[in-house]
Amino acid sequence: MEIIIIRDLYKYYGETAVLKGINLSVNRGEALAIIGPSGSGKSTLLRCINGLEVFQKGEIMINSTVTSTPIALHSVNKKRPSREDRETIRRVRLLVGMVFQQFNLFPHMTVIENIIEAPVRVLGQKREEAMEGAITLLRRVGLEDKLNRYPDELSGGEQQRVAIVRALAMRPEVMLFDEPTSSLDPEMVGEVLSVIKDLIYEGLTTIISTHEMEFARDVADRVAVLYGGEIIEEGIPEKIFEAPENEKTRSFLSRILRKR
Amino acid sequence: MKFKPILTISYVISLCLILLLPFCLYTDIAYGFSDTLQKIKERGYLLWGSDQEGGAPYVFPDPEDPSRLIGFEVDIAEAIARRLGVRQRMVQNSWESLIPGLERGDYDIAMNGIEITPDRQKRVLFSIPYYVYTEQLVVRRDETGINSLDDLKGKKVGTLSGAVAHRILEQVEGVKIVVYSGVVEPYEDLALGRLDAVFLDLPIAAYYAKPDRRLRYAGDPVGEGFYGIAIRRDDKELKEAIDDALRDMLLSGELKRIYEKWDMWNDTQRKLYLMAKKTDTLSRSGEVTVEEARETPIFKFFPTLLKGAGLTVLISVISMAVAIVLGLILVLMRLYGGVPISTIAQAYIEIYRGTPLLIQLYILYYGLPNIGISLNPLSAAIIGLGMNYAAYEAELYRGGINSVSKGQMEAALSLGMTQGLALRRIILPQAFRVALPGITNDFIALFKDSSLVSVIAMVELTKTYTILATNTLRFFELGLIVALLYFGMSYPLSIIARRLEERLKGRRWKL
Repeated sequence: MEIIIIRDLYKYYGETAVLKGINLSVNRGEALAIIGPSGSGKSTLLRCINGLEVFQKGEIMINSTVTSTPIALHSVNKKRPSREDRETIRRVRLLVGMVFQQFNLFPHMTVIENIIEAPVRVLGQKREEAMEGAITLLRRVGLEDKLNRYPDELSGGEQQRVAIVRALAMRPEVMLFDEPTSSLDPEMVGEVLSVIKDLIYEGLTTIISTHEMEFARDVADRVAVLYGGEIIEEGIPEKIFEAPENEKTRSFLSRILRKR
Repeated sequence: MKFKPILTISYVISLCLILLLPFCLYTDIAYGFSDTLQKIKERGYLLWGSDQEGGAPYVFPDPEDPSRLIGFEVDIAEAIARRLGVRQRMVQNSWESLIPGLERGDYDIAMNGIEITPDRQKRVLFSIPYYVYTEQLVVRRDETGINSLDDLKGKKVGTLSGAVAHRILEQVEGVKIVVYSGVVEPYEDLALGRLDAVFLDLPIAAYYAKPDRRLRYAGDPVGEGFYGIAIRRDDKELKEAIDDALRDMLLSGELKRIYEKWDMWNDTQRKLYLMAKKTDTLSRSGEVTVEEARETPIFKFFPTLLKGAGLTVLISVISMAVAIVLGLILVLMRLYGGVPISTIAQAYIEIYRGTPLLIQLYILYYGLPNIGISLNPLSAAIIGLGMNYAAYEAELYRGGINSVSKGQMEAALSLGMTQGLALRRIILPQAFRVALPGITNDFIALFKDSSLVSVIAMVELTKTYTILATNTLRFFELGLIVALLYFGMSYPLSIIARRLEERLKGRRWKL
């Protein structure tokens, strides 16, 4: 069953279209990898799903297990969304967690404070309850000894793992990973990817934009290739990586794989 | 022992101040020969110091041609200059500083209703008197309870800082004295009900209060004293020449004509003829006994100064609190308010930053009563300073908020926080840490700017100083003490600011 359906999505920066008619859907429990060259619109697409960017045409539907009707994000042409729009976006965000390339941990809070802030303030959990949940999650990513550290005392890999835990603490139905390892030193990429892999194997619905082709091939259920704002090819990893149909996909893959 | 630059600096500063102290004791500089009269004749005009702000009928801009000065003292200056064979030119100085300015040599003589008093005579020479003044109590027309100085117990009475009327009031028990540096404001405050009475020289009352239908004279004039022209102590020759000129004006009737022109002539003025004959009787003529302030040990001024300092602290701290809160509201309006609200906030900031605080205070205190809003001095001072500094705080916060990376807001929103919650919990705490050194800096600046509120009848530290200094003419030593008090209050703030800055540079985010 589809949990996210994107229909005919157009996004412009001024006159320039950065997304040109995206149609995409993700099933519950599925892991979708979005690959493509830099500037092809991967980040923008993920940010549209999470309401961090408005779009000018099309719609995004989110099917939740807790609401009977899907929540729909509509195109917005005004500069400022209305109160009603903002409330819809917030409901979407409660279902969809996001992990950023730059981690974006709150530097004035410790690890544990970073994690429990939203569960306590947004979901209204008790502090102790939120702490318990946070510690369980931290143990899973191997950071239970860093509870009271500040973000700037952690390595990049540790920060990103905390950021993942912070998103998971809100118990989202879908997780968006926006190039989660792109600003990490190479030796730390593995520890972050292995956490994401575990989540996917546990059945968490995931959309990940990445340059890690090996990871996309081994872990994703499906791969979409974004090129110049359009999805030029989509399918199971074996098909995309072994027998790409589109000429642009072939040249992109040969360029990126040769670098290795 | 660790080297502490902060302590070292404060030692050096204290040492400098201690080294300067002996100079306070030598304010009576030996007076030598002077040829001011000769200089006046060579120059071709007589320079006389006066204060237009003191107003009519002494010296004031002609209402019909404000570029021209008129007043009975202008007429007198002209008559004296004519007799010296020169022209006259007025030099503007604030009334409280007329005698220090004279001593410094800014002008040849000082004339602006300066009462001849024993303490002033220790400092300067006085000509023979040119006017006999009395003090007049003025109340609101509907006031029935006040008819003489004896009725003033517990009442708020306005007067001019350092004037003889001020000293007479100080002898009356239980009066709440409110001092002003101009003569228009006390009558305005009286009419508005902020004062119960005003006690000032009769010529002032005659010009400002008598024509005002809201006010009336209470009882007869009291006290009696003389206005004299102040001359530097070594200018004996000039004093002779000016005395001669004044005598001639008396005998020829010109002085009387001048006073009749200004509606100031009365029978009391006949005393001038008697005084003109005697030369050395004036030193005992002041009816007002002034304590020998110049010999008072300096520590006796401390309670008064500390009271002023207390008010300075009170005004500064509350104003800053107002500024911090109002600044926050302004910056949120500006950054997140949408078109009309954001524009209003921006306009507020630009207007308050782009106009002088002094003007804002005048409008707030003297201007608003015209539209029915009458503030007491303390609230006007706090609101005025607070609203002004809020504009600066708003800009500081904006800098702080802009320094927080965009990703912080996005991360907070992606966790389902509302914009308000994200601002409160994520953005503002980080922005505040960036803005903090600037805020402390502004607080120190506000401490000193608080001296401006003396224009709205607040006797804070600086005003306390000018009052004490003009009464005792001990500008130097009192000035040093007041400067030290300000320094003592603001320097700890500097230290705190520096500590905070150091802490923010470090790893710890917790304050």
